[in-house]
Amino acid sequence: MQRLDIAAINREAVQAIQKSQPVLTGVGIAGEVVPRMRRNLILHAGPPITWDRMCGPMRGAVMGALVYEGLAKTIPEAEKLAASGEIAFEPWHEHDGVGPMAGVATASMPVWIVEDKAAGRRTFCTLNEGLGKVLRYGAYSDEVLVRLRWMRDVLGPVLREALAGRPEINLKALIAQALQMGDEVHNRNRAATSLLFRELAPAILRTRAKTDDQVKVLEFLHANDHTFLNLSMPAAKIMLQAAEWREGCTLVTTMARNGTDFGIRVAGLKDRWFTAPAGMVKGLLFPGFTDADCNPDIGDSAITETVGLGGFSMAAAPAIVKFVGGTVADAMTYTQTMYEITTAESEAFQIPTLDFRGSPLGIDLLKVCETGILPQINTGIAHREAGVGQVGAGLIKPPAKCFEDALAAYVDAYCPE
Amino acid sequence: MAAIHDLFTSPIKVINVGLPSFHADLKSQNVPVVHVNWQPPAGGNARVAALLDRVRRWQAQVRAGKKE
Repeated sequence: MQRLDIAAINREAVQAIQKSQPVLTGVGIAGEVVPRMRRNLILHAGPPITWDRMCGPMRGAVMGALVYEGLAKTIPEAEKLAASGEIAFEPWHEHDGVGPMAGVATASMPVWIVEDKAAGRRTFCTLNEGLGKVLRYGAYSDEVLVRLRWMRDVLGPVLREALAGRPEINLKALIAQALQMGDEVHNRNRAATSLLFRELAPAILRTRAKTDDQVKVLEFLHANDHTFLNLSMPAAKIMLQAAEWREGCTLVTTMARNGTDFGIRVAGLKDRWFTAPAGMVKGLLFPGFTDADCNPDIGDSAITETVGLGGFSMAAAPAIVKFVGGTVADAMTYTQTMYEITTAESEAFQIPTLDFRGSPLGIDLLKVCETGILPQINTGIAHREAGVGQVGAGLIKPPAKCFEDALAAYVDAYCPE
Repeated sequence: MAAIHDLFTSPIKVINVGLPSFHADLKSQNVPVVHVNWQPPAGGNARVAALLDRVRRWQAQVRAGKKE
């Protein structure tokens, strides 16, 4: 029998999350900075998946990325290449990163670099493309590829130079401030993006880039409320990595979806995914779309919920119910219910409407199984066909099977009969 | 006998445990009612309950070992 005290181990893991200090230090090229990145590798959201099981939006994003990367000349050629076995597909989560929606990334894409200097750890995420027809929702038309090339040739280099010329940006402090301003930094990032803009604008104007390019970069960041999502996600990831792979620990450190499967990972069960079919998101659809248009749940953005933001902090963001559905009272209830399955409250992230109570932190696998209460996630909804884009936003819970299987594996590993 | 008589002749105050629909029905009839959000451990899932029980027994042994 292993003499492991779960409560003590979980307390230490939560402390490690509390101490983690994610800072934005720069922008790099994925092929140069992401561990084990290579030219024939496509990173994607969620647990591992093969081409034949990928959903429409993820397939569309893969095909678009192959053309963008110059590995295929046309979309039909890209489809053939993707199915040929010459292209490797691996989860962002296994490469110290995260990707929203399809989460597809290739070697030449620019990525944010987020660091926890005390821990000597780095995480990565692509730059947000905006709304409408975008790769992360599986779109691959010319306008998508032209924008991606502009992001590689102009946006990335300008941001890289801007960040090199100013002090690092403390993302934890910025997220804490955004929560005071009505964001929960998953589906509402308006305040956080504005705060980031204030930090970056002077540095962008000090770069050697042409004035026209500087203006375009500023306009691009300003026009997209979700710019900050691609920073809240790697910030959440790096904080949770502080708790990962501790013997006996029952904290959930990953929740992620690839549009086919929902997967979780648990700190005490190193590198193992526990998966079940991804569910359908219930929420508000944009005009003209019906439930039949919706793809199952997709994206790594549930990493925000895993660290107690997003759906766990909806009480801080009452305006979000206009986007994801429900009432303000529902938003309050979601947050309050999440305290039932977490082990602590964040010291950094406070919720004004709950008298500045810390957000629910540290999802405990045992508490989820004991109470039957599943984590509350809010999320965007992708069209089930490649290339259409976002059709709405709503609420979803992970499949219970992920947690039940993880519990069975935990018992098998630590306390078998 | 008097106690049971009182129950049927005095106003009812209800604490509802479990199914929210019972709470909603009483509330709609203006009966004072408090709802307790309760469900069986592990949501009544016997497999999960057995797994949790194994973890609990293991942790009890760990705690007993610490005291030795």
